[in-house]
Amino acid sequence: MTARERVAGNVANYVDERTGAAAWLKKNLNKVFPDHWSFMLGEIALYSFVILLLSGTFLTFWFDPSMRHVVYEGSYQPLKDVEMSAAYASTLHISFDVRGGLLMRQIHHWAALIFVAAIVVHLLRVFFTGAFRKPREFNWILGVALLTLAIVEGFLGYSLPDDLLSGTGIRIAHAIIQSIPVVGTYLSFFAFGGAFPGEVFIPRIYIVHVLLLPGIFLALITIHLMLVWYQKHTQYPGPGRTEKNVVGYPLMPVYMAKAGGFFFIVFGVTAFLGAVASINPLWLYGPYTPGQISAGSQPDWYMGWLDGLVRMAPPLETYLFGKTISWNILIPGLIIPGIIFTGMALYPFIESWLTGDKREHHLLDRPRNVPNRTALGAMSLTFMVIAMINGGNDIIATHFDLTINQIMWFSRIGIIVLPPLAFVITKRICLSLQRKDRELVLHGRETGRLVMLPHGEFVEVHEELSPAKKFALTQHEQPVAIELVKEDARGVINPKGIKAKLQARFSAANAENIAKPTPAEVKELESGHH
Amino acid sequence: MSKELEPLADPGLPEHIHRKADIDPIAAKRAERQVAVLFSLSAVGTLLFIYSFFFVSEDLFIFVPIMGSTNAQQLGIGIGMAASLLFIGFGAVHWAKTLMPDQEVIAERHELRSDPKDREEFVKTAKGGAQAAGLGRRPLIKRSLAAAAGLAGLPAVLLLRDLGPLPGNALNETSWKSGTRLVTDPGDRPIKPSDLEVGAVAQVMPELATGKKRTLEDIAKDAVLLIRLRPSEFQLDAERLSWTYEGIIAFSKICSHMGCAVALYEQTTKHLLCPCHQSTFDVTRAAKVIFGPAARPLPQLAITVDADGYLIAKQPFNEAVGPSFWERKS
Repeated sequence: MTARERVAGNVANYVDERTGAAAWLKKNLNKVFPDHWSFMLGEIALYSFVILLLSGTFLTFWFDPSMRHVVYEGSYQPLKDVEMSAAYASTLHISFDVRGGLLMRQIHHWAALIFVAAIVVHLLRVFFTGAFRKPREFNWILGVALLTLAIVEGFLGYSLPDDLLSGTGIRIAHAIIQSIPVVGTYLSFFAFGGAFPGEVFIPRIYIVHVLLLPGIFLALITIHLMLVWYQKHTQYPGPGRTEKNVVGYPLMPVYMAKAGGFFFIVFGVTAFLGAVASINPLWLYGPYTPGQISAGSQPDWYMGWLDGLVRMAPPLETYLFGKTISWNILIPGLIIPGIIFTGMALYPFIESWLTGDKREHHLLDRPRNVPNRTALGAMSLTFMVIAMINGGNDIIATHFDLTINQIMWFSRIGIIVLPPLAFVITKRICLSLQRKDRELVLHGRETGRLVMLPHGEFVEVHEELSPAKKFALTQHEQPVAIELVKEDARGVINPKGIKAKLQARFSAANAENIAKPTPAEVKELESGHH
Repeated sequence: MSKELEPLADPGLPEHIHRKADIDPIAAKRAERQVAVLFSLSAVGTLLFIYSFFFVSEDLFIFVPIMGSTNAQQLGIGIGMAASLLFIGFGAVHWAKTLMPDQEVIAERHELRSDPKDREEFVKTAKGGAQAAGLGRRPLIKRSLAAAAGLAGLPAVLLLRDLGPLPGNALNETSWKSGTRLVTDPGDRPIKPSDLEVGAVAQVMPELATGKKRTLEDIAKDAVLLIRLRPSEFQLDAERLSWTYEGIIAFSKICSHMGCAVALYEQTTKHLLCPCHQSTFDVTRAAKVIFGPAARPLPQLAITVDADGYLIAKQPFNEAVGPSFWERKS
């Protein structure tokens, strides 16, 4: 035993005698994680969160979330002697008079954009591969909650500096709060400590931004990861992989090195963006005043869809029984987002009910093998993308020489027509891909080599797939429709009535698939001529 | 539910193929050197950071392609930091990929549900606990506890009461009174009609009592746009026409949709456009909404001139300015 080993042994012994950690660590250091590039997406979100904590803490050392009036005396000449809030002045101080301050501000902002983007892409991966199915429904809900909070946290963050752009964002948030029927006016007066803009809103959202929400994030992310750990990661189907095992690399050392290294890569890329790509140059906007605005006001990307929905809303407002309801704000600003996020959170339960599938799933779906789910995902994405395009309608109009009206009407009609179209097209594409898989298994890969037979006929040589590939293309199950039981053998009418009908219809639609090749078909072809 | 057709045979995990570094000591040595070089590059990045931090002037700007003129210190510490992090990452990943074991291993999954005996015992313990507490037998305790716990939430809500004042009539009022002078913003100078040429647009505020300071809350509801047209260009009813003065018309600058400043005036079409959500208002028709999500015209301020010939408000706004709210009239 070398001296170093003896020291390590002593330390390990000291800790274990006080915690009993060895038994747990022995098991978990060998924990197996499946390997796939798409499993990195959630990791990016996690690492961006860590970067946000680090860079955010740095910023708090100088940022002063106060609405106190000050006269700017810093080194940025164009704003010299301008009266502004301490929040804006301290942000300018960080940007111009703290070494590395601008870099950290830009890293913080880029990391926030990446954080939300990574959550969204991770969510799409989980959705399209069916990773949310039993037993992972809780983790899906946690994920939806984290996405919602991330959007709120991001909005609060870019509202803090009290520049002209961020103040305009707060103005719009204020109008949304105020539009809530019955209590809206009161809520807005409580939140803002009186009339807009007041002097308390930014200090209040500051504490929410740096303490309350990060605390909730930490708790939820911890549970999210513990569940992943405990339930073991899902894996893509393939030879040797089953519902009963996990195939991959052990945590120690491969995953530690890869995941640890990846953290540094994510941090490095964010730092690189912060170094070379200017983001939110708020010194150009000037301090906030409600009487001014800059043209082409744009929120951060993850708010774009919301802004786009608000922009395309028809001018609907009702005045009934002496009360005003702004449907033009309520519907796009609260009702549609509410439906989207609630529907998203409940989706695992809806799908399980519609398909009648209550079993555990640890093998992921290939999106093409679940055409309805994939089509639904494409449909929702189309909706969001059109909303987002409309959120940038002023920018698009000036860049592509279109009028705002053209883009607005494209969006208003498109958001109703295009999502269903996307559903139909995606479903057709999925079925075609299934057909292609079947073709591949039964007839092999087209090699492009033409052979002339003795009697002059030309045929293309098809190369048989490897058994591993064949298995991968046929291992999935294909659902069968739930039969509608109108009445049982004794003539008792099904008490579930319309619910049973609904379920039968959806499961029938779900069962529309291209039959995968059976072993018998494969065998027949193998034994026959080719 | 699904019909499980008998699947094709699972050929099992593919045979493990060794990497070059696994079998060739020279390749392994090369990989080791590569990892070391990557880690060293990280150290170079850190040196660049330190150098830029201490020895590059804060005022030095250099030309960088694409980025243009760039602050050298900011760029140096940024690139240095990025490199110091990135190359640690690249090194670790390269190490894992070339030298650490790459043979996939199989672990068993265990069903998550507890075994039936544990479940049974859990139910027994839980029920036993509830029984021991007498929850079932003593409904009075259960109900009074439920009521008390429900009520105990009230203080938490009530404590938030002093977050802000009650709205009262605040949203219906502005600083505009009958006879308030219009003053330029910025500058606070009273305006005569002759100061505005036809086609001109100006932001104005109500004149302040001496010694008073204009707050942001004031601006958020008092900001007004003055626009001068030829009187013949208006298409207004008699009342609204009487609210204009020699072709000068005044509107609240606060958008009736979500309260942004309606700052874009297009002279040829005489449209006002809100940059936030593109609501468009026709100035000649009392700011009627002609496009976008706004549901109401911008409130019009009735103006005239006082004895000294300065523009004044004839009367306060006859409706609330800014975005709608539940209690808003009309």
